[in-house]
Parts: sequence; structure tokens; C-alpha cells
Amino acid sequence: MKTYYWTSGSFAGMADFHRWIAAHLAAGNAYGANLDALCDILTAAHDLSITLCPGWDRNLGSMAAAIRRVLLDAAAENPELYVTEEPPFPEVQSTGNTSVRKLALDDTLLLHVEKPARYTGGEINCVHKEKKDIDIRFCMCFPDVYEIGMSHLGIQILYDMFNRMEGVWCDRVYSPWPDMDALMRREHVPLFALESQEPVRDFDFLGITLQYEMCYTNVLQILDLSGIPLYAGERTKEHPIVIGGGPCTYNPEPLAPFFDLFYIGEGETQYEAMMELYRQNRRNGGTREDFLHACAFLPGIYVPSLYRTTYREDGTIASFTPTLEGVPTRIRKEVVVDVSDTCYPDRPLAPLMQITQDRVVLEIQRGCIRGCRFCQAGQVYRPVRERSLEFLKEKALHMLDSTGCEEISLSSLSSSDYSQLDELVCFLIDETRKRHVNISLPSLRIDAFSLDVMNKVQDVKKSSLTFAPEAGTQRMRDVINKGLTEEEILRGAGLAFRGGWNKVKLYFMLGQPTETDEDVAGIASLAERIAEAYYQIPREERNGKCQISSSTSFFVPKPFTPFQWAPMNTAKEFLRKAYLVKDAMRAQKNQKSLRYHYHEADVTILEGVLARGDRRVAPVILRAYEKGCLFDSWDEHFDNEKWMEAFREEGVSIDFYTTRERSFDEILPWDFIDCGVTRAFLKQEYEKAKEGIVTPNCRARCNGCGAAVFGGGVCFEDKN
Amino acid sequence: MKIRIKFTKTGNMRFLGHLDVMRYFQKLMRRAGVDIRYSEGFSPHQIMSFAQPLGLGDTSEGEYVDIEVYSTGSSQEMIDRINRCSCQEIKVRRFVRIADETRRSNAMSNVAAADYLILSRTKPLEEEKLTAFLSQPSIPVLRKTKTREAEIDIAPMILGWQPHEKGLLVRLATGSAANCKPDTLMEAYERFCGDEPEPFRFHFHRLEMYARREERLIPLCELGEEIEPS
Repeated sequence: MKTYYWTSGSFAGMADFHRWIAAHLAAGNAYGANLDALCDILTAAHDLSITLCPGWDRNLGSMAAAIRRVLLDAAAENPELYVTEEPPFPEVQSTGNTSVRKLALDDTLLLHVEKPARYTGGEINCVHKEKKDIDIRFCMCFPDVYEIGMSHLGIQILYDMFNRMEGVWCDRVYSPWPDMDALMRREHVPLFALESQEPVRDFDFLGITLQYEMCYTNVLQILDLSGIPLYAGERTKEHPIVIGGGPCTYNPEPLAPFFDLFYIGEGETQYEAMMELYRQNRRNGGTREDFLHACAFLPGIYVPSLYRTTYREDGTIASFTPTLEGVPTRIRKEVVVDVSDTCYPDRPLAPLMQITQDRVVLEIQRGCIRGCRFCQAGQVYRPVRERSLEFLKEKALHMLDSTGCEEISLSSLSSSDYSQLDELVCFLIDETRKRHVNISLPSLRIDAFSLDVMNKVQDVKKSSLTFAPEAGTQRMRDVINKGLTEEEILRGAGLAFRGGWNKVKLYFMLGQPTETDEDVAGIASLAERIAEAYYQIPREERNGKCQISSSTSFFVPKPFTPFQWAPMNTAKEFLRKAYLVKDAMRAQKNQKSLRYHYHEADVTILEGVLARGDRRVAPVILRAYEKGCLFDSWDEHFDNEKWMEAFREEGVSIDFYTTRERSFDEILPWDFIDCGVTRAFLKQEYEKAKEGIVTPNCRARCNGCGAAVFGGGVCFEDKN
Repeated sequence: MKIRIKFTKTGNMRFLGHLDVMRYFQKLMRRAGVDIRYSEGFSPHQIMSFAQPLGLGDTSEGEYVDIEVYSTGSSQEMIDRINRCSCQEIKVRRFVRIADETRRSNAMSNVAAADYLILSRTKPLEEEKLTAFLSQPSIPVLRKTKTREAEIDIAPMILGWQPHEKGLLVRLATGSAANCKPDTLMEAYERFCGDEPEPFRFHFHRLEMYARREERLIPLCELGEEIEPS
């Protein structure tokens, strides 16, 4: 059989078509070069197959239809002729690449970076407002890569809150990954926000959340790529007001020169007033300085440029005072007293690309009753305030239905202390089962109730159980006020082992005050006793070997904790202790069931400096950034040598901020902040720590920490 | 009941990779409350299979996913319901029931050909060169697999082409029997023109995907039938 495919390139025109017929099908006979002649040839053809590919007739003009008719008619008549007509190309609706939002970068640039969806926005539930309807543009920034920043609840809450405000449009930006950073510098592209794809420097506000110290160089990157002067003092009316918020603002001093404002405390309370102040100032033709000055009188707002620090010869602070008459000397953190009557997203952003934690987050309470002495969150988020069951049920369903997420996670510092956890979890189990959604329950105490819950939510897949004893011996756990006893750990693990689990994770900290080598080695013996508890179970009832993984982090004293005065270990000391644990693990009987992991020490030292540093640390951060430090919280990007150079060149001592024990009468850089918990309480707690005396939790007994000043939460439970 | 969904992926959604599109649809099905079937077993997942992944940066008016559902509204109802929950640049165009006989031959393994509109992001395409290139009786290209390199002829895999005012329309054999990706074709074109292939020069806009039935190509959605309102 002769087979021909007629394609777009087969015929240049009608004359060419007839020439082709004459050459291929006429078999030497005379061919009249008209349709009748074509019809004759086709009707008489033997074993001939012609396929009409889409576009075959493009040069045949008005004759195409007639030729096609002849072909089909002949094929109907002649059983030895096969004509296959492939479907034509569909009509082109669009070219696909015109988008509803124009992007800041061309495709040819975007496609050269890893994961371009980090920079294109347009997530489900994102908010777009018309510029004619708004008079304030706020850009919210999480200074880390998109996948981390998008996993963060705080941004979701504030993004939702700002966009509920009339006249305000909140947009977002995250740290460009080093490949994008290089591209933006090379192509001179200013940093742009995701929704609008417009330069960050054109916004009224840039709000940067400070969740961990190791993001500080990323803060400078954000400002730098935006074309905003790094030092607040060099900014003009052309630049956004740069605000810092989040836990690191409990000691904002190392970043003080880079920010116009810091918002101390929970964001839900003062931003509305601040936006109003901004409008007022604009109406009155006020300057940037006028606005900042006015902000200094808003509760919770710290304007670093309006304060001055002087130092003694020994390097400690001599004074910290406002430079202007009337500016408050102390700034009290902001607190949402009723957390069931406040904004919380119904329609959180649901990312399009995979992020670190792609799930809806239900914050069940704020604060923690436990009072572990190393924990900053446990002090600065006091008092504990629970959200009502009704509030949580409603939000959970709205968030699941509006995002389609396949997981919901409860968030709090200690979920087991939520008083209606049982009811909430039962409700969620019912609802999530209907929707094929998973529940994640972090920070649960391991006991019969939580194991039962985990059995219900995890069905068959038994992942590992996590305990956070934080220290290896009871003595040390008393020092840090970690109310978890060895008996409780062994009981919890025993229950879990009988319930089919065989993996346990343990979290510890090395280098806490008063720690001895005995305490350090105690980490290994605790792990060993858990392994022993497993092997005491009859062989037929257990599930193979067990795996007890311990990991240690190095302790960094944080502001507003009882340990804020305490000396920190040196890197050498930290590592010596880690090796001690490692050796002790090897000496255990069940060492084959024990795993041990520890972190790098260098980055911890740096975190120690930034956590308790003062304004003199700022130039070091800038210098490190200029040397190329970025994404310091990422092992593969952290470059300790550059940081050490920066300290040397700025003549700043690391030990002054880390290993030095502060005296109780020293002025600490963060003393001007009032987080509710008093200095006297913290001091008393530090003294009790040294004696190994535990303090009961807030529900067991009020210890008069000072947080009652906010007039709500656990401090007023059972008191009408 | 097996359902075939035809959808568009245009505009900024071009930066969404194939795995992200799969995740997007899982969430979309939940948001729209589609009564989709889940697999049995320890970690149940939605029964969902996609035809032929699209490259990062490329767009389409003819993407397909097959799902299984326990119940459904009419085609129009479901299209409206899903599109209300979807972003502007991923929209469902068809929602049809497919016969159970295709149970084993899902969208993924059904595909025989695909149509593309090929656009250049940089240097424009020249019709004369294209015609010369595509009219060659054979177009050898090197295909690398994990283990070896082999020369194959892609000319028989070009099932049709036609210059378009914006670029080039082309139909390529796609799927397990014969597969020619549009970037393979255009790399061969660049070499034919004597150019060094330029990364990301071409934007591929997929228009339709076909299955072969009795020696004919049929758009995948035509293998199903509309669900009428009850």
C-alpha cells in the first residue's frame, strides 16, 4: 500500500498540488490538472492511503474544500482508497502567556531561578484591591525564604487584619533566595511585593516580622534590595516607614538603627490607630519625623530614634533615655485581652507551591502557664488566654473549607494545658474524618489521653513520640523549672510502647545555668532507661527494636527570662559537653537503640550576641551583611568566619555579650520594655533556680509575676 | 464513576510545576466539595490521574485529569462549582463521564498526540526556515537516557503543523508509543538554523490532547459524555 501524509509543507499552491498528483498518483498517464481528473485518478487507485494532517490545505486557498470533497467521495466509492482526516488544529483562544497580573520580572529571568512561584504571588485567598479604593499600602515581610515565611501564622493573621481595614491594602514579600538575589542585583530590579508585583519602596509601610535572631542579615537584604536606606536616619518621605514586630522585638536594640518603629507585643491592637495617625499626619502635611514622634505616644510603639543610650567605661549601659520631652520612658507590650473577640482569618492564604508546613493553623491559646526558666515565649506571652471552643470550631471549619488544606494543626505553647482540649479534639476528629483531613497535635504532654487521641488521629501509621525533658537529671529539671519528672516520662513512654509505638524523640538543652558534667551524662542515662522500659515488655508484645533519638541544642539566655543575667557557655564548652553526651551514649547497655544528634555551636554563640546585644552590635550585623552573610539560619549558607571578621573589624567583643554574668543592678538593653512580668519576679526566679526550687504553674498557684496587670487571662480565671 | 476534567492553565500559573498542579487540584476538589473517591489503605489519597505533565513556564488550554467520584451534579453545575473555587488562571472547561471500560486506560496512558502553539520569547520564528525544517523527510535527534544515547528520527512524530500569526502550530506524537516533546523539536529547529539552543527561548502553549481510536485522533474529552441535569 502506498501511504502519503499531506502536511502543511506538502503543497506551495494549487499548481504545486497538481504537479504532486501528476508525479505521485498519475502513474505516467496524462493528468488534466483539474478536479475531475483528480476524481478519476482517485476512484481508480489501488491500495492508496492519504492522511490529511492539520494544516495540509493552508496554501490551497478556496480550492481546499473542493479537493477535500473529492477525496472523501472517492474514498466512499473506492474500497482501495483510504482517506484519513485528522482533526484540524483547535482555534487558538489565547496565547496563554498574558496574565491577569503583570509580573515584575520577564519569563526569561524568572525561569532561570529555582522555584519561580516563590515570586509570583496569586495564592488562593490572596487579596487584591483597586488603587482608587485605598490610601495606605502596607507590605508585610517575613525575612526568610517563601516556603518558611508562608508557613507562619502571624503573617496570616496580620495580612487578614490589614486587608479587613478599609483603605488599606496589605501585600507580602519574602527573602529572595540567593539565586534571585544575584539576578536582581545584576538586572537592577528593585524588590517587589507579591500581589501587586510593585516595588516595596513605593509602599507606605514595610512591616518585618522578627522571629529569630539569625534572620537579621536578611532584614538588611530586604531593605537593600528594595532601595531603602539601611539606616533609618537616612530615609526620607520617599521611603516606607519600616516597622519591626515579633518575638525579637523584646530586645530590638541590635537592630535599632535600621528600623523606624518597633511594635512591641500583639499586632491586633494598635495598627488601626497607627494607620489613622498616618492619614492624619498626611492630611496635616506633617513630615516623617512628625509621624514617628506621634507614634511614640501609641501604646506598644517604640521609636528607637527618640532614645539615646550612654555607656560606662566597663561597657555596660549608663543610661537609656528619651531625647524628647514627654516621650514615654517605658513601653508596655500590647496584649489582646479577649482572644475570642478579635480578628483571625476565615480564609487564610493557601499557597500554590509546596511550602514547609502546608496546613491551616488553629491557635488555641496564647501564653503558657508553665514558666520554664529558659523559655522566653513562656514569659513574654503571659498571661495565658484561651480562645473559646465556639470560636475555634467556627474558625477551623471556615479555614478548612476555604483553603482545601489536607491538614489542620493546633498551635500553642502547651496544648495539653488548654482546658477544653478533649472536646475540641473530638469535634475536630469528627469533622476532619468527613473531609479526609489530618490533624496534627504538636506540644502535647504524653499521657493516656494524648495517646488515645493520637491513636484516633493517626490510625495505623505510628510516627515517633516526642518528649522535651530539656535536661538529663531531675536536679537540672528543677533548676529550669521543667515540671516533667522521670517517672512521668517513663510512664508515658511505657504506655506508648504498649500501644505499638517504638520510636521516641527526646529534646535536651546543653549549657543551662549550674549544669555539671553529671547532668550532662544524665541525658544518656535517661535515654537508656527509656530503652530499658521498652525491652522489659515481653518480646511477643513489642514491635521489633526501639529507637530512642536524643538531640541537644545549646542554651542561649534570652531577655525577659530568669536566665537573662546568666553567663552563656563558650563554643568550646558546648562542644565538650556534646562529646560527653556522645561518649556516655556509647557506654550504655542498649547503645544500639540510642541515637544522638547535636547542633553546631558557632551559630549559637552568634545567636547569643544578637539576643542580648545592644545598639553597638548593629554595625557588626551590617558589616557581616556587606561581607555576604545571608540566610544565616541555613547551615549551608552560614559563614562563621565572615561574622568573626565583622566582630574584629568593628572591635566588638563577643564575650561581653555571651559569657559575662550580668549583675542585678546592671541596666539591660531591653529594660525599657515592660512585658508585664516584673524584673523582681525574674530575679526571684533566677535565685530559686540556683537553689533548685521549682515554681508551680499559673493554674496551681499564682506566683505574682506581674502579668495580671493586663486584666485578663489565667490571672482572673475562677475570679468574678 | 469516572470523570474526565479538561482545564486551562494559563498566565502566571505557568510557573506552577506539575507536582504543584497535582496538589492544587487536591485542594481544589476539597474546596469545591467534589465527592471524590479516596484510595484505601494507610494514607488515603484522592483518586486522580493527570495526563502528560507540562513544563515549567508553559501554558495550556487543554489539560486533563481523570478522577473518580461517588456522586456528581451535571457537567455544567460541576464546572461552575469548581471554577468558583479556583483561581482565574486555572479553569475547568469540560467535566464529562467516561465509560468504565477506560478504567485501566486513564488520562495518563490514553494520550497519543498533543497540539501546541509555539511562541518565541526572544528572536521571532521565520516561516521559511520552519517550512524547510519541518518538510525534511527525517529529523534525527540525539536522545539521552540514563544509560545510553541513541539517535532517533522525530519526523514521523510530527503529525501536523501550520504556521500561525504568533508562532507555530504543531501536533506531536505524545505518550508511551512515540513521544516527541516540543522542546526536542525546537532544539532540533535551532540546530537546523545553525543556532546554539537558547534556554527558555520558547513558550509552549498546549491546545489539546488526543487519544487514538480506530486509527483516528480524538480529543480526550470527546471520549466522555456530558452529564445532564437530573
